[in-house]
Amino acid sequence: MPLLAVNDLRTYFHTRNGVYRAVDGVSFSVERGETLGIVGESGSGKSVTCYSIMGLIPQPPGRIESGSAMFDGIDLLRCPPKVARAIRGKRVAMIFQDPMTSLNPYLRVSEQLIEPLLIHEHMSRREALKRALEMMEAVGINDAGRRIHFHPHEFSGGMRQRVMIAMALITRPELLIADEPTTALDVTVQAQILDLIRRLQRELGMAVIFVTHDLGVVAGLCDQVQVMYGGRIMETADAATLFKQPLHPYTRALQRSIPGLQPKGQELFTIPGLPPDVSKPLPGCAFVARCGFAAEICSAGRPELLTVAPGHAHACVRAQRGEISGAELATWEAHA
Amino acid sequence: MPEAILELRDVKTHFAIQQGFLVKRHAGSVRAVDGVTLSVRPGEVLGLVGESGCGKSTLARTILQLVPTTAGTVILNGRNLTAATRAELLASRRDLQMIFQDPYASLNPRMTVFATLAEPLLVHRVCRRSEVAARVSEIMQRVGLAPRFAQKYPHEFSGGQRQRIAIARALALNPKVIVADEPVSALDVSIQAQILNLLAELCSGMKLTLIFIAHDLSVVRHISDRVAVMYLGKIVELGPAAAVIDHPAHPYTRALVSAIPVPDPAIERGRLRIVLAGDPPSPINPPAGCAFHPRCPFAIEACKAAPPPLSPAGPAREAACIRLGELPPS
Repeated sequence: MPLLAVNDLRTYFHTRNGVYRAVDGVSFSVERGETLGIVGESGSGKSVTCYSIMGLIPQPPGRIESGSAMFDGIDLLRCPPKVARAIRGKRVAMIFQDPMTSLNPYLRVSEQLIEPLLIHEHMSRREALKRALEMMEAVGINDAGRRIHFHPHEFSGGMRQRVMIAMALITRPELLIADEPTTALDVTVQAQILDLIRRLQRELGMAVIFVTHDLGVVAGLCDQVQVMYGGRIMETADAATLFKQPLHPYTRALQRSIPGLQPKGQELFTIPGLPPDVSKPLPGCAFVARCGFAAEICSAGRPELLTVAPGHAHACVRAQRGEISGAELATWEAHA
Repeated sequence: MPEAILELRDVKTHFAIQQGFLVKRHAGSVRAVDGVTLSVRPGEVLGLVGESGCGKSTLARTILQLVPTTAGTVILNGRNLTAATRAELLASRRDLQMIFQDPYASLNPRMTVFATLAEPLLVHRVCRRSEVAARVSEIMQRVGLAPRFAQKYPHEFSGGQRQRIAIARALALNPKVIVADEPVSALDVSIQAQILNLLAELCSGMKLTLIFIAHDLSVVRHISDRVAVMYLGKIVELGPAAAVIDHPAHPYTRALVSAIPVPDPAIERGRLRIVLAGDPPSPINPPAGCAFHPRCPFAIEACKAAPPPLSPAGPAREAACIRLGELPPS
């Protein structure tokens, strides 16, 4: 049984301007100890997926319309609040993109670090502080004994993100959800934080859901990768397959837009048009308006995420029918 | 070598730190830009890279004289901007324009696209009032915006389109030099590629000189002819973009390049990475000697003695490291 199984999750936001289908029928699972990468552009629904699992969607305007998120046999979306609270923050933890806005600026980090221990493990303050100190050292903060009493503003961006990671991992969770934890950081600091997450994951044996827009980060860190677009999963595969043999035109297009992978001096490959407006119903494939392979069938009905090989599934009707070969995908030259 | 269009000579921009509530006293200074000498040829795309806090944005603002220069000179087309009067500075803006990082913050939300683009034309009196409308729609087309959007407000556009408006505003006066401060950092990859293509096309089409500031090395490698790497207010390496990024000479550039994740699992998992310890030191109190020595894996005692000058490091390349000859090949 997988550690977390999300099935047909739909999170909509009901606003004055219409219903935004931020997450529109997403299913995936995470095994114990596995790293799942979720990639996508802004507005693709990757963060809302995580927030839904963690119960962080403001309701209203948000509403979880359907679906389930089974964590070790318990549906996080439907269980009584008391049961959910016992899991969130203890067995499932989350770190966010911007460590400054997710730490309380008024409290010393020591107070924030031990809070989950006091709540979930009913530890004494003294014991909790000892654990907190160990955790600070484990995430590579020098002089932890002194710095544990600092306020968040006294740390640099990278150090703050380390404090966040220490806070998330202090209860030794089985699943860590990391929502763009390195996006706000410099590359050299990003390399440090990625190393840290990798090492702690090995030591604690936890599963990680890593949300990012950076395919480079995914390449080095994740076992399984899923690509999201317009609130839906376009393709999911193990990292090597996704990079070497992507089958969905969107995955391919995303890869080809990265400047580093293209010969210098040539015009960059671009995806024409704009991401879809999720406040309008998308009867067909979400990518149809920008896809170089779009045919009539693509707008006819919503494509299903079909498994084509063990661990590899995608939602492109034409590729599923064998109408687009891998070679054709590789030479797609669709300039707007 | 053709005459430089923009020249920086030992430019320094320091910000004084004041302490105290009623009686202010001087408590040191932030050396954001600390001795930059650089010359940019006409038509060249110069990439400027470095981590946050290295002074690249301050350097951009210094070039445009948006912040007072502490020392050194900025020479645009033979005119010294650091000694210019307000009127002269205003006139120089016809040749020198800037694009900012955040298109949500750099456009006036209460001005339509038309008003935004017409303003520089009217301020600088580049054309008659009757010709403004035609000029605006021409500029809009040039950056890939349909002229029918002229009466819309910035909030009605997406991030990529807003950045196009910001680019159009910079182009309105037909400048010779554009300084673009992280113009694609706030955009998604697919949109980023569109804007990069547009900038590259404009540079070759209009013979523009572009100073392109970014922290993303792969973006800089793609668009730039030459690249300058900054660390703590100083340029540590300078040379042809592909050469510097593919075969970095300075230890800092090496670490920076190796920190970029490669979007290919086969390469990314097998390659050797240099993970620097710690954060960049504070520009208030930079380390003595080479500012990079506390984090440098190759540092020796002599590195602490004096800041190393830029010295030749291969064809058309310079790097500021005293151990250049002794380092293993990258």
